[in-house]
Amino acid sequence: MKLKKFASLFLATSLLTGILAGCSGGEEGSSSDGGDTIKIGANLELSGAVASYGSSEADAIELAVEEINADGGIDGKQIELIKVDNKSDAAEATSAAIKLVSQDKVTAIIGAATSGNSVAQVQIATDNKTPMISPSGTSTTVTVAENGKVNPFTFRTAFIDPFQGTVAANFAANELKVKNAAVFADNASDYAKGLAESFIKDFEAAGGTIVAEESYVAKDTDFRSTLTRIKASNPEFIFIPGYYEEVGLIVKQARELGITVPLMGADGWDSPTIVDLAGADALNNTFIITAYSAEDPDGKAKAFADKFTEKYGEAPNSFHALGYDTVYLLKDAIERAGSLDGTKIKEAIEATDNLELVTGLYSVDEFHHPIKSATIIEFVNGEQVFNTKVNP
Amino acid sequence: MEWLQQLINGISLGSIYALIALGYTMVYGIIKLINFAHGDVFMVGSFIGFYSITVFGLGFFPALILSMAACALFGVIIERIAYKRLRNATRIAALITAIGVSLLIEYGVIYIRGAQPEAYPDVFSNRSFDIFGAQISIQSILILSVSVVLMILLQFIVHKTKTGKAMRAVSHDTEAAKLMGINVDNTISATFAIGSALAGAAGVIFGVYYTKIDPLMGVIPGVKAFVAAVLGGIGIIPGAMVGGLVLGVVETIVSALGFSLWRDAAAFIILILILIFRPAGIFGKNTREKV
Repeated sequence: MKLKKFASLFLATSLLTGILAGCSGGEEGSSSDGGDTIKIGANLELSGAVASYGSSEADAIELAVEEINADGGIDGKQIELIKVDNKSDAAEATSAAIKLVSQDKVTAIIGAATSGNSVAQVQIATDNKTPMISPSGTSTTVTVAENGKVNPFTFRTAFIDPFQGTVAANFAANELKVKNAAVFADNASDYAKGLAESFIKDFEAAGGTIVAEESYVAKDTDFRSTLTRIKASNPEFIFIPGYYEEVGLIVKQARELGITVPLMGADGWDSPTIVDLAGADALNNTFIITAYSAEDPDGKAKAFADKFTEKYGEAPNSFHALGYDTVYLLKDAIERAGSLDGTKIKEAIEATDNLELVTGLYSVDEFHHPIKSATIIEFVNGEQVFNTKVNP
Repeated sequence: MEWLQQLINGISLGSIYALIALGYTMVYGIIKLINFAHGDVFMVGSFIGFYSITVFGLGFFPALILSMAACALFGVIIERIAYKRLRNATRIAALITAIGVSLLIEYGVIYIRGAQPEAYPDVFSNRSFDIFGAQISIQSILILSVSVVLMILLQFIVHKTKTGKAMRAVSHDTEAAKLMGINVDNTISATFAIGSALAGAAGVIFGVYYTKIDPLMGVIPGVKAFVAAVLGGIGIIPGAMVGGLVLGVVETIVSALGFSLWRDAAAFIILILILIFRPAGIFGKNTREKV
């Protein structure tokens, strides 16, 4: 400790006197012990059940850190990335977070990939005033506690589930220019109900009419009678939030009944199985929402996809893009905060306004939910094809 | 023509229920056992059809026949291993055994191939005809005709063959049939074989019509078919057919009126009402024609 204090004193002096021009200066932050690096913790699922999410994000985070460091770091300071494996387990995620804040004294934590493991760190982040950003935790509970209060130091990069309903409503009203729509939602899942609710609210706000609102229950196999009823109300567009197992059958049966209008869903559709269930033909003229597509032609996204492919030899997926974006979100906030103080960084993240990231423009609302761009993917003969990017 | 379309939807769904209900009703008619494993024979039939189409590259009809044959054998094996020795036991013992067999088949299949669903390949073209504004796909026409042909065939077997005569005799009075020189064991096995073959056929038809199959797919159709059998009058063959069709159409009407979430409830409300007001079922009193 003495040595470290001495080092920081030395660095502070050197900064004042300006002898060591170009070298990084030390600045006291509440959760950093100063020094010439900015320590960022990554609390990720590197092994266990959802290891693929965590390791995808870790790869992309490393790429982003390398880039930033090669580019001179943040305000001249190099980023030191400290990766911890939470083994896809909530209890491990908590202890990993404790290690990061108390032992490594990180400035901020990135992680975890899943909502449950992110929630497990919230208390640690709040108590230690250390900002924490979950790249892909989509449950509202990550940033908003059960009593409805916002967790002050917790943020996320991915949009929350109900936001996809808003995106679908905007896409239907502004891009497809439809005036009336039907909703056919899975009544057994909160995910689908939340999406349906926000779709209806925003589609009506955009001047559209909901002509039919029907539901089904997961594990149903026969949707023909309800689809016939929906067809009779002549919708120009049908929004079907749900998971691929049922949606595949719904799409197939809808097309058999002669429903040819565009159908749309959210990330619950995103599985190769849907192509087998529905058939490639039936899936034409259907759209899904994702956070990111490797085919996005936008400059930033393309540059990322190229760099990623060069380094890892595979095209990046949403988890990669979100992990990468999280680092840049943090970098932007630290730069604007001009300090490594946790509270100042937190305030800077809250003030993020249309920051350009790989996954699109990014702002934060009062619940720490992102308001951001979403990518619309269209199925063309069973292949997922980039359609457009909807900005908030 | 929304209602014509709904009627077609209902009859297609109902004919699958009817095919499964026939097996329930035949077995009940002959040994007074509610064979809860019947829905799982339906599932096994569906998977046999799936693998014969995807792995052996068979067409729809060869796959259908193979699945029916394999299920017939499977049904007989179940009967010989699990039910035969319980023939003189209490009915509750046999019923619990049936539930055990059902779980054994479901989780046995999950153990062998996993719980993930499979998508049935398209064996027919997806073309559909427009009749008075209703869309009828080639699939539904074929499925309906296969069901009708199988039901006619069943009526022929029960009424015009020696086995059918033996089945009717055993169902009427087992002891007397035995005294008349009828081999009761073989007759019961034949009943299981025929009932299971129909379930196998229903499994393949279900797969083609609804695409998604999984190891627990037999549970709900099995229970619905049981309701259909009770509705028509358990033990009565034409009752199972009518009960299945009525149930399919009722479920469709419930959905068509906008109560899609009440569809399953409707089936069970029917069961409760039937058990309270007419326990013998629709065909209960008039034609005491049992198998």
